[in-house]
Amino acid sequence: MKEVVTGNHTVSHAARVGRAQVVAAYPITPQTQVVEKISEFVADGIMDAKFIKVESEHSAMVACIGASAAGARAFTATSSQGLALMHEVLHWAANARLPIVLANINRAMGPPWTIWTDQIDSLSQRDTGWMQFYAESNQDVFDSILISFKVAEQVLLPAMVVLDAFFLSHTAEPVDFPEQEVADRFLPPRVAEYTVDPEHPAAFGGLTGPDHYYELKYMEHNAMLEAREVIERTTREYGDLTGRYYKMVDPYRCEDAETVLVVSGTIASTTKDAVDEARDNGKKLGSVKMWTFRPFPREEVRALLLGKKRVAVVDRNISFGQEGIFCTETKASLYGRDGAPPVRGFIAGLGGRDVKVRDLLAIAEAAEEEDCPEFNWYGVKP
Amino acid sequence: MPPMAMSLGRMSWNKTGSWRNVTPVVDYEKCTRCMLCWKFCPDLAITCTEPPEIILEYCKGCGVCAEECPVKCIEMKEGL
Amino acid sequence: MADLPKKLTIPAEEYMCSGHLACQGCGAALAMRYALKALGPNTVYTVPACCWSVIDGPFPFTTLGVPLFHIAFEAAAASACGLAAGLEMVGKEGVNVVAWAGDGGTADIGIQALSGAAERNDNILYICYDNEAYMNTGVQRSSSTPWGAWTTTTPARHFKNRPKKNLVDIMVAHQIPYVATAAMAFPEDLVAKVKKAKDIEGTKYMQIFASCPPGWKMAPEKSVEVVRLAVNARVWPLLEVERGVYKISRKPRKRTPVAEYLKLQGRFSHLTEEQVNEVQKMVDNNWKRLLFLEESTHEMAGIPLEGAKAASPKKIDPKLKADL
Repeated sequence: MKEVVTGNHTVSHAARVGRAQVVAAYPITPQTQVVEKISEFVADGIMDAKFIKVESEHSAMVACIGASAAGARAFTATSSQGLALMHEVLHWAANARLPIVLANINRAMGPPWTIWTDQIDSLSQRDTGWMQFYAESNQDVFDSILISFKVAEQVLLPAMVVLDAFFLSHTAEPVDFPEQEVADRFLPPRVAEYTVDPEHPAAFGGLTGPDHYYELKYMEHNAMLEAREVIERTTREYGDLTGRYYKMVDPYRCEDAETVLVVSGTIASTTKDAVDEARDNGKKLGSVKMWTFRPFPREEVRALLLGKKRVAVVDRNISFGQEGIFCTETKASLYGRDGAPPVRGFIAGLGGRDVKVRDLLAIAEAAEEEDCPEFNWYGVKP
Repeated sequence: MPPMAMSLGRMSWNKTGSWRNVTPVVDYEKCTRCMLCWKFCPDLAITCTEPPEIILEYCKGCGVCAEECPVKCIEMKEGL
Repeated sequence: MADLPKKLTIPAEEYMCSGHLACQGCGAALAMRYALKALGPNTVYTVPACCWSVIDGPFPFTTLGVPLFHIAFEAAAASACGLAAGLEMVGKEGVNVVAWAGDGGTADIGIQALSGAAERNDNILYICYDNEAYMNTGVQRSSSTPWGAWTTTTPARHFKNRPKKNLVDIMVAHQIPYVATAAMAFPEDLVAKVKKAKDIEGTKYMQIFASCPPGWKMAPEKSVEVVRLAVNARVWPLLEVERGVYKISRKPRKRTPVAEYLKLQGRFSHLTEEQVNEVQKMVDNNWKRLLFLEESTHEMAGIPLEGAKAASPKKIDPKLKADL
């Protein structure tokens, strides 16, 4: 069933169709419509869930942790400062191996106050053990959330689906919602093990010394690695049901490309137009959309980029004192491999500055220069 | 093996009796079986029986039982 | 199995084992032991950073006979809310969901989550065991540390010179159905109150005064006696507040001077006679305030003071009889 709906409301629908049982969330621009819509669903009885109107994002994540530990399917949504406030317990959720799903509206960090998009908020959480998916469109948002629930519950790691503030959150696009029965077939109710249950008393998360902690982390990391196969399998299953197949790294006109742009989020969408325009002008440009950031799809990145003439990574984020984060991670996957192309990083679009087709073409052109620096700050005003 | 730090057993293996350096000794002639010692033991190291008995393998020697006994029939003696 | 002794004034069944890591004479261990007796096995606990995070024992062992979900320091109340919602959604009805936290995780870092839960009136029982400092990390001051006390961050020459934060009134202000204080030296009262609280729908808050021999710098054998003195000296009044109506559980007829309570503890040994009188004044004023609150809230609710039901038990243990 196709509807024209904003990114935020898409998130609400995904939580509803995905049968989230406990939602604990705190409002923050530009996420507020997510929770408002969920409130309506719950009040109207079309969503069978408890919505805990917590008093902060930290408590939102903690309440999700409690609910998930009890065996319920837990969901929340936030952005920027709110996600940062959750940081301490994002670690807790992952280390406790709880399959919570979170939708993050990518919003730049203050100060100064800003409500527009960039990826520093979510990328700052990359080491917490959460899976991360970067959505390109509202359809992507919906599908990613459903896929995330299933993958998370299988590997016992939480997942966040990330979407750009305003470009997706407040922009209405056509979204095809699968029927509830189709969704239920894909995503049956959670079957939780190791829950907080009076019939099987145990302590969870007690003091653990060096003798055991190390192996628990080893298991956690392996779960992330296992997630790669689970994501592959699950996206195939989802594709068979809906006709939409997602790839962890999604190439666009890459096969014979000389220059490949590595992009994510809505920039990935714009890049396709840039690629088409470049191709029309005889340029062998291609792009690769990073849909999955954690677990980092190293194999897929290598398969697509090794042997290419050059790579330009467009980062709507920055790790101060280093470079763009997708750039660093891409380089790390290619390091020391035969056929590893030169990789140039370009920062663009921080704080919601628009990245247009012509910007991407300019970046591709700059990357072609022999003396193009390794790290570039695109379009800084003098 | 659970993938998270979940307990698999109880702490009862831990014989905290090794902590003490004074040991309660009960004069059962004086004991009135009031059960206050059982009630106030933080380590559950006194049996709920008539008369109550000190479970020496867990008793930490805190002395609360001796202090609370209304007829002062428990003496904290030096040593284990 | 032999018949249980007839003189038992609290339930015999235990829901924790020996071998736990509490210090000798630990008041928090006793508080837990009694609370568990009142709650029974259909219970889950969530515990933030505090002494009990460690007392329960290291992975892979536990002391409690009910589930214990460890959570971050500031988060006890939110964790309990999540657990309560989750348990209901997975069809586990009637489970007692308990947040069990120290005074640090309640009065300071945990107060936001607690306030949030209480404002929503989420169905949880929040129990703060109050030993008046951050004991688990080595006796640093909390906002629940009383005026005059030594702690490692309020050394004797700079003792804590702010009054103890009044969490009871703060929680009453949230208009929740049940607020109560208890003390591990009065187990019957504690058990009766927890039993009452667990069957009430909504947010219930209890604060249990729990001695800490190392942190209070006192002999462990006096652990119960010192709390008894605190209650009898009116330093720690036992009370309940049901729907805003104050009811003092125990009015000691003999007025024990605070000095008797203070002198058992090294953390007050630096106080001058004048300062001890200050403490006496504070305690007396607080008591007057409570009596006034009891009277006026009864009047406003149209409940006669004498007829009001207290949670105090019918069985009185021999030691209590001496004071009444």
